[in-house]
Amino acid sequence: MLEPLYWVVRRDLTIAMRRRSDVFTTLIFFVIVVSLFPLGIGPEPATLRLIAPGIVWVGALLASMLALEQIFSADHRDGTLEQMLLTPQPVALLVSGKVLAHWLVSGVPLVIISPLLGLQYDLSIDALQVLVISLLLGTPTLSLIGAIGAALTLGLRSGGVLLALLVLPLYIPVLIFGAGAVEATVSGLGGQSHLSLLGAILVASLVLAPLATAAALRVAED
Amino acid sequence: MNHGTTAPILEIDALSCVRGDRVLFRDLSFEVRPAELLHLKGRNGSGKATLLRALAGLLLPESGEVRWGGSNIRRLREEYSRHLMYLGHLNGIKGDLTAAENLRIAATLDGFELSESRAWEVLGEIGLKGHEDLPSKHLSQGQKRRVALARLLANKARVWILDEPFTALDVAAVQLLQDVIRRHVESGGMAIITTHQAVPMIGEHTRTVSLGGTDA
Repeated sequence: MLEPLYWVVRRDLTIAMRRRSDVFTTLIFFVIVVSLFPLGIGPEPATLRLIAPGIVWVGALLASMLALEQIFSADHRDGTLEQMLLTPQPVALLVSGKVLAHWLVSGVPLVIISPLLGLQYDLSIDALQVLVISLLLGTPTLSLIGAIGAALTLGLRSGGVLLALLVLPLYIPVLIFGAGAVEATVSGLGGQSHLSLLGAILVASLVLAPLATAAALRVAED
Repeated sequence: MNHGTTAPILEIDALSCVRGDRVLFRDLSFEVRPAELLHLKGRNGSGKATLLRALAGLLLPESGEVRWGGSNIRRLREEYSRHLMYLGHLNGIKGDLTAAENLRIAATLDGFELSESRAWEVLGEIGLKGHEDLPSKHLSQGQKRRVALARLLANKARVWILDEPFTALDVAAVQLLQDVIRRHVESGGMAIITTHQAVPMIGEHTRTVSLGGTDA
């Protein structure tokens, strides 16, 4: 049952490892966007602490947006996507595999680098911890929701812009609870409730998003 | 696998397809039985590729239905895909993976295990000896087509739907592919193909369906 999932993940990771430059673009974009703000705003620790959660999270949002278009477009162009729809495996399962691989390649590096970026904003160790946990719970949701948008805009000429318009509004709840968790920790309230909600959103999209994506892919290949 | 009269047949019942506001074909009905090769003919743009996509279940027809063993393929979905091998204009191989990797992953997703050594054997058979572990993007157009066609050798699907399988192939490969298709049909499989070349290889088992008039 899970073997096709394993093979899809393995396939996409192999391809990602053979074209590493794509992986680093997302990561470097994230680092640059987040680092630009302290340079523009000035080195006032109190201000930086205040804006840090929002900026790191918005940076993560934009970076994961950037990588989204590639989830299905290459497979669509070379015909592997239509072959995927014709296998005896449930399409939602294969989609889950592709999203998981996409998250491992474009989401996990953001999570790993985030405490380093948080240091630029003078965040405490506690806040950094919560930042990492919130991104760990939030970025898979971004990939899952984004996959629906990527599937819906597949093969369109101005797909990239449309994808952003379609997906960014859907990212808002993740942004609110993700940045909220870190803010609550900074202000000493504790971010547990925000993290729980992030987890709940992740579970819901884990169940629903692959089904919606699979349906959208069938339409795209019609 | 069951053979003879009990084997399921593929029925096409009053199928109509519309692209944009142009009717490609209307009320098309025919059936394909085991050990039969169906050669689909028609001018460019007469809807051959569309019909094949509808038969594979990739495309939702305007009206009518495709039935496999009596049930609509829309309902069967994965159960039908298990018996199906579709090869369209696109090769469906990843340029960053080697020929052997492409073949093995396709096999796993098709629901069967293909060992590394068997994959190399199949690639040798289709004339890609020495190219098994080269990234597919470095292969020529014809060689990429061969990688895609190697799936036919490894697969046990009963229904083959092949859209212009002979394009980009050299004379030897065309000959080889004709043999492969003949063996498949003779052993009780079905094949539905479109090609602008004559199909001399099957003889009495070949049937022809023409789309969009008879001037093809």
